[in-house]
Amino acid sequence: MRRLLLISMALALVSFTGQSGKDVVSVKKTAEAKENAGVKVGEKAPYFKLKNIDGKEYSFENIMDGNGNKPKGFIVIFTCNTCPVAKANEQRIIQLHDKYASKGYPVVAIQPNDPDVVPGDSFDAMKTNAKEKGFEFLYLFDDGQEIFPKYGATKTPEVYLVDSNLTVRYHGAIDDNARDEDGVNEKFLENAIMSIEKGQEPKPATTKAVGCGIKTS
Amino acid sequence: MKMLKFWIVLSGIIYFFPSDQVLSSGIKDKANTEKFYEYNATKSGIWPEPTSYAGHIPVYEKFSDIEPMFHLDNDTTYIINFWATWCKPCLEELPYLEEINEKYSDEKIKVILCSLDFPKQIESKLLPFVEKKKLNSMVVVLLDGNFNDWIDKVSSEWSGAIPVTYIYNGNKKHFVDAPFHNTQELEEIIKPFTKQ
Repeated sequence: MRRLLLISMALALVSFTGQSGKDVVSVKKTAEAKENAGVKVGEKAPYFKLKNIDGKEYSFENIMDGNGNKPKGFIVIFTCNTCPVAKANEQRIIQLHDKYASKGYPVVAIQPNDPDVVPGDSFDAMKTNAKEKGFEFLYLFDDGQEIFPKYGATKTPEVYLVDSNLTVRYHGAIDDNARDEDGVNEKFLENAIMSIEKGQEPKPATTKAVGCGIKTS
Repeated sequence: MKMLKFWIVLSGIIYFFPSDQVLSSGIKDKANTEKFYEYNATKSGIWPEPTSYAGHIPVYEKFSDIEPMFHLDNDTTYIINFWATWCKPCLEELPYLEEINEKYSDEKIKVILCSLDFPKQIESKLLPFVEKKKLNSMVVVLLDGNFNDWIDKVSSEWSGAIPVTYIYNGNKKHFVDAPFHNTQELEEIIKPFTKQ
């Protein structure tokens, strides 16, 4: 009890001087809780088995690279049909798969939104969008919205680079300009792939993905 | 435990006391919002100059251009909301921000709606939207798309989605990384900033 009192007195003092540091401890706690949820770089990528737009189910075991071989890594991207930021990244995602699937890193897109909330992200709408845009990569549906929380994804688009040991090596944004491809200066994800190809740790290994909040009911 | 609560409450009271004094005088002339802006500009001396205008809306090219807006050292409480016309949850909470702006228009509280709309859609989407909805809060545009360079400067707690709202008065700060579901939620948060 005495210790508590001392701490609270110290708190009172800090609050009184009040000029430095942050207020609102509760908000900070929430933010920490948010950060703690989900998988971190260096940890095992959570398992999933999800239905692709072709009707087949896919998990890390049966996903192959562009040459039909076991991948050297997986570019797992939470994305959707409807978010304007995700749309602004569709061409980039297509190009990523085009460039890296044959090098051993296929794109695995996962649509996490609840179609009851966002009808434009229904399984049928996913099929239509993939056909229109010519998606060559897997476009899986997180039916029941159970997988994205395991990853701790909160936005579309948000990317996890997973290596052949199923360890997450990079997490965050595809590049440094989610909204406008012409304004990109740094390609975080591609740099991360190059790093693990060289046997190095990606730098940065984490960035902040910018986009639309994932919609659940 | 009771003692702890007591001290926390007490520390809160002590803390809020100085800001009570500076907040006690408010601008009473509701209609004179233009002057209110000018007042803030001269008082702080560093209200950032926009790069350009889209209609009457100030447009800032880089975050560094708008950054002084987050460090105005005066007695006004700034509620800076990041939003975009493409962001549905943002549009859903706009009425609550507008209501606060209206309700507290005779106090030193200023709502700033900082749009992160796509640069190509400022003229075609944002301007018509602001006109149609007759937004009374101040709308500004930030074009800087290199988010990873600047969102941490607003708050390290910003996950990267919008809407988010940054509220500050001098050194007192609060960051909300979620949409508001009603006016009361926001009102509760600004209470400590506005207590008479």
